[in-house]
Amino acid sequence: MSNKNKELNKTSLERRELLKGLATVPVLGAFLVALWQKMRMDALKKSNLLSNLIQEKTPPAVVSDLSNTQHLNLGIIGYGGRGHHLVRGAGFATPEWTERTANNARENKLDKAFKTFMSQQDLNCSLIGVCDLFDVRAKEGIQASTNEIRPGTKPIQKATRYHHYKELLANDEIDAVIIATPDHWHAQIIIDAAKAGKHVYCEKGLTRTFDEAIKVYDTVKETGIVFQLGHQNRQVEANDKAKQIIDQGLLGPVNLVELTTNRNSPWGAWVWDIHPEGNASTIDWDTFQEQAPHKIPFGDEALKRFFRWRCWYDYGTGLSGDLFSHDFDALNQIMEIGIPKFASSSGGIYFYKDGRDVPDVWNATLEYPEKDLTVLYSATLSSNDPRGNRIMGHDATMMMGGHAGGGSVHGFIVTADSESTQYKERLEKGIINAKYPIYTYSPGSKQIDGVTSATSRYFASKGLLYTYKEGKRVDPTHLHIKDWLDSIRNSSQPKCNIEMALHEAVSCSMATESYLTGRRIEWDPVNRKLI
Amino acid sequence: MNYSRFQLISLTVLRVLVGWHFLYEGISKLINPYWSSAAYLLDSKWLLSGVAETIVASPTLLTISDNVNMWGLTLIGLLLLLGLFSRYAAVAGAVFVLLYYFFAPPFLGLEYSKPAEGSYLIVNKNLIEACALWVLYAFPTSQIIGLDRFFQVANKSGDDHE
Repeated sequence: MSNKNKELNKTSLERRELLKGLATVPVLGAFLVALWQKMRMDALKKSNLLSNLIQEKTPPAVVSDLSNTQHLNLGIIGYGGRGHHLVRGAGFATPEWTERTANNARENKLDKAFKTFMSQQDLNCSLIGVCDLFDVRAKEGIQASTNEIRPGTKPIQKATRYHHYKELLANDEIDAVIIATPDHWHAQIIIDAAKAGKHVYCEKGLTRTFDEAIKVYDTVKETGIVFQLGHQNRQVEANDKAKQIIDQGLLGPVNLVELTTNRNSPWGAWVWDIHPEGNASTIDWDTFQEQAPHKIPFGDEALKRFFRWRCWYDYGTGLSGDLFSHDFDALNQIMEIGIPKFASSSGGIYFYKDGRDVPDVWNATLEYPEKDLTVLYSATLSSNDPRGNRIMGHDATMMMGGHAGGGSVHGFIVTADSESTQYKERLEKGIINAKYPIYTYSPGSKQIDGVTSATSRYFASKGLLYTYKEGKRVDPTHLHIKDWLDSIRNSSQPKCNIEMALHEAVSCSMATESYLTGRRIEWDPVNRKLI
Repeated sequence: MNYSRFQLISLTVLRVLVGWHFLYEGISKLINPYWSSAAYLLDSKWLLSGVAETIVASPTLLTISDNVNMWGLTLIGLLLLLGLFSRYAAVAGAVFVLLYYFFAPPFLGLEYSKPAEGSYLIVNKNLIEACALWVLYAFPTSQIIGLDRFFQVANKSGDDHE
């Protein structure tokens, strides 16, 4: 073979080598083209869906320096189950609680209750007064005030026990009080606290009756105290996101809202434990029933009523003040609906025939003729079927949560209506499919996206138990207490201020009144009266 | 390895397809800022469910898990597709898919919240893909069709000189 031929052969060999070595590179090219097309399609989908929402507003920061500017002394009036939680929100847990949850966390790494508590912000306050009519709980409150296992610095001061709330209010060192008594005591304590110049955080429902609500409103306004009602849903990010969507008109005209409560356990129906140490010498029964319309002597029936007070109209309003109030307030937060013109309601005691006088199946209809809106609420204490809440618009429906528990932090989805006017063109073009959500909010899953995957839908339905602020897991009750303390230091209005509280109280009272009288109730905003 | 032309093409097609799948699984996670391995791990059953819980419970471990998955899948996919270090890529890929398999095996009596997209009893697509990668390890093709060929040639020519 000549040299020339050898050269030629070598070149052709090299070329074949090269071709074999690079044979699959064009596949990578094809992959990249397909990837680019896919990305372009997704981008188009996003821009055609709720693009304006995908540019999320940054939620308010959790950490602010405000809390450290002024030390505040707190008192708790009513240290029962809810009182325990509220005081934990301020940074004080009982030693029993910290020990139990720390153990739970060791056994189950996904149990974050202890960690969430310990990573709360130190709100720079002390618990210096505890008032409870049951000795056992009062003692627990004192223990909580000195428990060193808490977020931030060690407790400064041990709390004093007060047998009567008026003694607690007489302590000039106390700046602010948390009220978590049964509802029948709320009004009188708020009024006395406000007159004593104490700022007030009161658990919901605001009051037991309509008249009390008006008195409370006027007193809070006159005294100028900082008042917060205990609807911690106000701190839940999902509700802020929902509001943004509705404010932007993405649901179109909304004429019907359905709110639901679905519980199916004795605990959920307020059949709470009767404490073994509860007796005539450890419970101040006379003071307990002082504000109740009907009085009974101390005995077994009284014990039941003391620990399961939500079952009787003498102390609360049943489903209305306990659970409807939460859903109403969340809706008021999202849609600013205010007080309805008319309310009617009905229901009955159909499952828990245990001597209670509040219904266990109950529904209420609120009419807002000026807003072209009807709000339907229905509750059952004998079925767990998670119906969720639905805000039904002409263009899209927002389905919120699967469980209507207080301060529920589950996700929500928005689905376009097949007959929508706003989305007509996009529906016809197939850019939007009415069968699938056009927006999904799943707290904690990082899935804040317009293009929903099966995973994110699954996450939304599963629902994680926390609210998220800037990706940080927080207890909404802590945020709600913090909001109140910040407002005190800042002389500003907290999120569930007395105006919001009045909306809640009047709306709930109208529904309760309708159930009790069997007639439709009308609100007269000029004379502030129920007709 | 001496393959017939038919065998060579069949094995290469398998390698490129598995590579493509890995590459897109990796890239789709990389371009989705909201993707997290948490959802998968939270649904873990059987032997590794404890490990899965530990990972989800720790933000650091979860971030590591997310990154290993995103970048690992992308890199393995690219190597298989181009035929570069393909035998290592095949082993690494098999380890990945076997982990997915064992974090959520379709065994009798284990129920998952997320419905499967097919019907599986003990054997599922993860196991089959792991097996396919094993075959690719046993019958390498990248030194014939793929970038590994250049290393092969370089070595050979090196040998010639000696």
